Amino acid sequence: MSIDRRNGQWTSDEMMAVAAARELADGVVCFVGIGLPSTAANVARRMHAPNAVLIYESGCIGSRPDHLPASIGDGVLSETAVANVGVVEIFSYWLQAGRIDVGFLGAAQIDRFANINTTVIGAYDTPKVRLPGAGGAPEIAANCGEVIITLPHSRRAFVEQLDFVTSLGHGAGPGNREQLGLRGRGPSAVISDLCVLRPDPDTKELNLTSVHPGVSVDDVQSATGWELAVADELAITPPPTAEELAVLRELKAAS
Amino acid sequence: MGEFLSLREAVARYVEDGQTLALEGFTHLIPFAAGHEIIRQGRRDLTLVRMTPDLVYDQLIGAGCASKLIFGWGGNPGVGSLHRMRDAVENQFPRPLEVEEHSHAGLAERWRAGAAGLPFGVLRGYVGTSLADHTKTIASISCPFTGEELTAVPAINPDVGIIHAQQADRDGNVMYWGITGVQKECVLASRHSIVTVEEVVDEFAVRTGGVVLPSWAVDAVAVVPGGPHPSYAHDYSDRDNDFYAAWDPIARSRDAFTDWLAGVVEVKP
Repeated sequence: MSIDRRNGQWTSDEMMAVAAARELADGVVCFVGIGLPSTAANVARRMHAPNAVLIYESGCIGSRPDHLPASIGDGVLSETAVANVGVVEIFSYWLQAGRIDVGFLGAAQIDRFANINTTVIGAYDTPKVRLPGAGGAPEIAANCGEVIITLPHSRRAFVEQLDFVTSLGHGAGPGNREQLGLRGRGPSAVISDLCVLRPDPDTKELNLTSVHPGVSVDDVQSATGWELAVADELAITPPPTAEELAVLRELKAAS
Repeated sequence: MGEFLSLREAVARYVEDGQTLALEGFTHLIPFAAGHEIIRQGRRDLTLVRMTPDLVYDQLIGAGCASKLIFGWGGNPGVGSLHRMRDAVENQFPRPLEVEEHSHAGLAERWRAGAAGLPFGVLRGYVGTSLADHTKTIASISCPFTGEELTAVPAINPDVGIIHAQQADRDGNVMYWGITGVQKECVLASRHSIVTVEEVVDEFAVRTGGVVLPSWAVDAVAVVPGGPHPSYAHDYSDRDNDFYAAWDPIARSRDAFTDWLAGVVEVKP
């Protein structure tokens, strides 16, 4: 549900997309998931990150879509790509070999260490809800230099205990990724429609570092299924600028 | 040899009950018409392999053709769930469906190994996830040279692999371009292969990123214009995103799906 928090000027979904876009630095090579991550990455490319290289798992390298792709295999991704390669190659030569700086993922459920579930709610063999499954996410989460995750906030999504770990974030805490031999550094930010969370450098637990305008710490806590750690210096996310909103809305209108 | 057959003849000749079958195509070039022909011919107990089951497998599963699914991501892209697949997994309707679940990187390696004639593929993957706890075809392996722990996944070698391509020439060579997915691996890994095409041309044009599969690597070629609808064929058709959205209420309701199915079965190609 998109909540209008600023007298009709922008919605919390727009704040989420814009805040996620700001995470993507110019010039990075980014493996983009479909949906929210793709929206954010394309806003970033039109704003502050014109030299970001967007890679989609359908084998499209350096795509510059003029509208938001409806699927990971949208024709606009291949037509505007610098190179098109097969799916075996994109995962093996490009992702696994360590050529990607940032993985940009969505999620159905996330825990305090930014581990992700997109597989099942309930027991695996007798699921309450069967979700789509892994897709490219486990190896994106494992092999990209860092990972940015974006998903709407709710107690159903931000849970104390995942029923299934589809993609590893910081695992059980500090040192876990290194023990498992994972090459990427793991999640660096989680962007929701309420706030920004970042892993504490020591504990690796997600800390609330910034609340979006009009959102209180209590709002975030009541939408989170665990006792939230709050950073000492809590920021307020700058609201979307007129330009950011124009770019986001133009992209959406073209889609 | 890429022998020109009607789609009906090709499916009747190569597809049998109980086989392992793959209809590949990554969002682009999904061979829907071939899936519908398999439904019409009433095949049963199939093990279906696909990276992204998409609507084509939702339809085959809902029609009762499948007893097992090997897959990586089972959603309706940009829309939501595959509700016939969910009904089979959650409620065993219309029949139980065993699932063997992988990541896309893992399945891609399984396809590569299958195409290369190797028993397994190797990757850095699955580590720290719950997938290995539930999927028997994920195993740890040590590199014999460095000792590094890696993940092994077995080759996929279906009985029949089916893809759609834009063109065939008169000798039965086939060519496709745009998003090329794992179709080459699918054809080369499969014991038999069927390729549906938009049209037959006298000569292929040179195309950036174009993939040509030689006639002798393919068993049957069937001319089926529009065969990937509601998926698409680059330079021939656009993805029918409205159909993907319209599929959601059809698949959510067993009755609506049954009505849809009746329409498919009645169509004579």
